[in-house]
Amino acid sequence: MTAPSAARSRSRPRFSGLAWRRARWGYVFIAPWIIGFLAFTALPMIATLAFTFTNVNLNQAEPLQFVGLRNYQTLVSDQRTWDSLAVTLKFALLALPVGVCLPFVVALLLHSRHLRGSGAFRVLFFLPYVVPFVAGVFVWQGMLSADTGWVNGLLKFLGISHPPDWLQDPTWIYPGLVIMGLWGIGGGMIIYLAGLKGIPSDLYEAAKIDGAGAFATLRHITIPMMSPVIFFTIVLGVVDVLQYFLVPLVLKNGTGEPGGSTNFFNLYLYQNFFTFQNMSYGATLAWLLFAISLGLTLLLFRSARHWVYYAGEAR
Amino acid sequence: MAGVSAADLQDLTARPRLFGRRRAAAGGSRPPRERGDSTRSFVLTLIAIVGLALFLSPMLRSVVYAVKSTDQITQAGTPLWPADPVTFSYQGKELPLLLVPLPDGSIRQLALFEPGRKSSTFVDPAAPDAAPITWQGSWRTLDHIWQFAPHWENFAKVWDLIDYPRLLFNTLAIAIISTIGTLLSCTLVAYGFARFRFPGRSFLFTLLIATIFLPTAVTIIPTYTIFQKLGWVGTWLPLLVPTFFANAYDVFLMRQYFMTIPTEMDEAAAIDGAGPFRTLISVILPQAWPVVIAVAIFHLVYAWNDFFGPLIYLSSNPDIQTIALGLQRFNGVHYRDPGLIQAGTLMTLIIPVIAFLFTQRFFTRGIVITGVDK
Repeated sequence: MTAPSAARSRSRPRFSGLAWRRARWGYVFIAPWIIGFLAFTALPMIATLAFTFTNVNLNQAEPLQFVGLRNYQTLVSDQRTWDSLAVTLKFALLALPVGVCLPFVVALLLHSRHLRGSGAFRVLFFLPYVVPFVAGVFVWQGMLSADTGWVNGLLKFLGISHPPDWLQDPTWIYPGLVIMGLWGIGGGMIIYLAGLKGIPSDLYEAAKIDGAGAFATLRHITIPMMSPVIFFTIVLGVVDVLQYFLVPLVLKNGTGEPGGSTNFFNLYLYQNFFTFQNMSYGATLAWLLFAISLGLTLLLFRSARHWVYYAGEAR
Repeated sequence: MAGVSAADLQDLTARPRLFGRRRAAAGGSRPPRERGDSTRSFVLTLIAIVGLALFLSPMLRSVVYAVKSTDQITQAGTPLWPADPVTFSYQGKELPLLLVPLPDGSIRQLALFEPGRKSSTFVDPAAPDAAPITWQGSWRTLDHIWQFAPHWENFAKVWDLIDYPRLLFNTLAIAIISTIGTLLSCTLVAYGFARFRFPGRSFLFTLLIATIFLPTAVTIIPTYTIFQKLGWVGTWLPLLVPTFFANAYDVFLMRQYFMTIPTEMDEAAAIDGAGPFRTLISVILPQAWPVVIAVAIFHLVYAWNDFFGPLIYLSSNPDIQTIALGLQRFNGVHYRDPGLIQAGTLMTLIIPVIAFLFTQRFFTRGIVITGVDK
């Protein structure tokens, strides 16, 4: 390391005495987060990892001991784990595309210069996002009810004589849960809107001069320019969907009904913690979840090189 | 058919003011509206209206059900709107009025006097003293006559049953205290990251952002165990104390905003002898109040809506629970009474919804920074 300026004679290349005093203040100000990070994130993570090699449970009947990879062996042979992972995956395959695309479509609509009153629409499409999710579950539970729900009322009106029993049928429960999640699109929508606003208008003008139609403009300007925001939404969406379980927990009281179709991975994980009180096995599942999240996130970051377009270094 | 001036006005009001200085300089990207676009405008606006109507219709259903009587909800063939069957007082009894098709082809409103499986007797409300009319057929196939009758008492019932004032107080207290904690800690941490150069800063900032992607489950058990050892489970402390140690989302939001504030004034303050704390309080914060308000509102809504935290830490003690948890408990007891559930649901969501409507421009502003400067 060489000092950028020869005027500096001190041994530290980058920080003079004054700069060090400033740097110390920096640490002082971020200290609350450092302490919080150590206390509520780093140490608990390590402890959770340590749990996976022991036999900790809440009522500790047998003596605490090191059990090696026993929890991991249980994990491999535990059918319930793999079933619950399959449930989460099935739901994710439906929920993730909807959660990424629908807010984008709504944002495009709200951003269109042809839309009148877009300010009011923006507020009203965002509105359900602030509804407490427990309240949202009960509102939609009624809405999707087989005989008194308005969704099926509309479907019957449109000529579908036997609409699905959304929340009681093991096949239809996933679309049902995705519909329940629609009230959450406000978050993604508003991030997309912010991104759309950041696209320089001269790009659109250039496209217009070149005679590009609406679809070509979307395909060659809007989507590439929005790819960092889309990427961000996908990564957050993946991390969120892997942890999905609160809606079915409230809806089905954690029973997994109908027919085990709502035994989500995270539900099984928390059941191990709080119902079976098998902390060690729960911790093993938690680390499995962490590994899957991390793996998918890294995979996404790697893929980003091929499709995410960052305009300019300055951003 | 909107004139150019009206359209321009619309555009002006529709575009939220950005407060990020760099962004404001970049300007909006909406191309100007042109003449002859009114058909497209009409179609798009119609699509938006229909979409919005479908999107918000569950809210309407919830309102309608909240003011329906249990009788109406459990009966088949009742109107969509809240209504009670019309009755007729006869010999001290309330008889339901039905639409009865008579053999002569006319349909008349008659009061059901003696219901029977094969035949029933009816009284004509127009001539109650005349002989009762006997009608062949099952009276159950006949339609009732309904009158609009909202049952507001559902809300009053829920108010008492759920102990609404207490839940409201608990929720509000937790939300306010944790918001104070969040504002204090996140302001300090964001200031540290935005204004000071120190070894490891970019690594620590990356670490901070990485915690957003960390599954809760991987830290929850040791944390829960520590809180239990401290005797904090069954109190508000596990929900409040961590907020005083900053969180990634809000630090990120505030730091991004602080970065847009020019450093000249900091330097001037430093020359005048102001220390870092004084600079934060008298130079940065007066210029940063929009992001402070945005974070405050975000956190209030977050705390109001949080379910998992109260679920694991407050379940053992109903007296200290929040409204979200209270509603779930209420549903467990009264799930057979959809009118009460919907009333309780509305009482839970009404406060964040109203708060949002009053502060909505801060929501947009707050997220504008997160989205663009990611």
